[in-house]
Amino acid sequence: MKAIGKYFIFLGLLLVKRERFMVYVRLILDECIKIGVGSLVIVSIVSTFIGAVTCIQTAYNLVSPLIPNYIIALIVRDMTLLELAPTITAIVFAGKVGSNIASELGTMKISEQVDALEVMGINSISFLALPKIMASLITYPMLVILAAFLSHMGGYLAGTLTEAITPTEYIYGIRAEFQAYSVFFALQKSFVFAFLVSSISSFEGYYTSGGALEVGKSSTSAVTKSCISILIADYLLAELLL
Amino acid sequence: MIEINNIQKSFDGKTVLHNISGYFDKGKTNLIIGSSGTGKSVLLKCIVGLVQPDEGSVFYDNRDFTHGKRQVRREIRREIGMLFQGAALFDSKNVEENVMFPLDMLTKMHKEEKLDRVNSILKRVGLENSNNKMPSELSGGMKKRVGIARALVANSQYLFCDEPNSGLDPITAIVIDNLIHEITHELDITTIVVTHDMNSVMEIGERVMFMYKGKKLWEGSNENILDNEIPELQDFMYANKLMEAVKKRNG
Repeated sequence: MKAIGKYFIFLGLLLVKRERFMVYVRLILDECIKIGVGSLVIVSIVSTFIGAVTCIQTAYNLVSPLIPNYIIALIVRDMTLLELAPTITAIVFAGKVGSNIASELGTMKISEQVDALEVMGINSISFLALPKIMASLITYPMLVILAAFLSHMGGYLAGTLTEAITPTEYIYGIRAEFQAYSVFFALQKSFVFAFLVSSISSFEGYYTSGGALEVGKSSTSAVTKSCISILIADYLLAELLL
Repeated sequence: MIEINNIQKSFDGKTVLHNISGYFDKGKTNLIIGSSGTGKSVLLKCIVGLVQPDEGSVFYDNRDFTHGKRQVRREIRREIGMLFQGAALFDSKNVEENVMFPLDMLTKMHKEEKLDRVNSILKRVGLENSNNKMPSELSGGMKKRVGIARALVANSQYLFCDEPNSGLDPITAIVIDNLIHEITHELDITTIVVTHDMNSVMEIGERVMFMYKGKKLWEGSNENILDNEIPELQDFMYANKLMEAVKKRNG
């Protein structure tokens, strides 16, 4: 409970005694490149394979001749849009970006770089963590859109190459009974997950004390707590919004 | 001048600073000395505001930093420069960006003006032509020089140095000590150096405060420190064999 209280105080301190707006613009752009562009490769690989595997496994399980083949694509679409693209990408995001944020802030903390900011009268929490959180909120939804697209492409490639489904059937299935709300739901989830991963990782990193060993522990703790919070938030959002 | 009144600080019920009072002169190199774990760095952090003292107050030229208004504290903060034990340079920024950082954050100067100021202070600390080097490419002494340059670039009136000699060879340590001392006189600023190096005391300690187990036991200058009769201070001084030899030579 104490840690949760400390986390909310940390969130409150993000917004007090901020620096000039233009300072944050530059920092946010830098972080967008580090967080967003830096995650493109891993997100692309993971999402393409998730789409491919989902397509092949769905085809393997749908053996009844009464079920048309385009249903495979429909399932790939709904699974990736509703769950796999935002959630699995969030787990990957926590592993890559979350650990990076925690270790960066942790190292700054133990090497007195955070103290150096404080001595200058700069709100170090706001200066260091706010740009990372804002950049995550901007770039993560874009990564989710990319992940959803590549999952569909992965499913298409795997399905057509293995002849589990024809290209025409796949495209028909992707478009059949499409609900735009699924995309909206995925984006809502992506904002929540981005905030959780970036804020929890910043919190864990910022309150690191000790040495290199503790930086490693903070990094591990950031990933673990981010993943757990993603799964809890995923369930709550599904209950509330679907 | 910086004045501290009855500073007291405890961590988890253990008192690390016991009612410490004293003052640090402007235009002089003031040293806080003592063995490891005596509370020197905690006292320094209380003075610069990184740690809030449980009791007592700190005055910067008669301005209350501990209990003063937010605006006053903000003003004082902008006049403070600090050199940390490990220099605390920002890893992702090169030398020029590190030194320019306080100007970026605290002033509205033009880029050219900032660059002139940075080049001038880098030249003063003997690091001209090192603008593009990253902290990982610098030696310990160079890092300290960049740390001093960053601490002073925004026209700081108060310079704080936490163990500026740690991790340096004896010659570089003397060079850094002298640099701090010369800059203090040149800019007529108030400098406080935390150290446990007796060479620094004898070299630059114009005003010295000795701490032992969280208490202030002695204060004076390096000229009269050898004449003190405090056993704890004598133990601290003559643990250094060089100082023992000096004492023997002086009879």
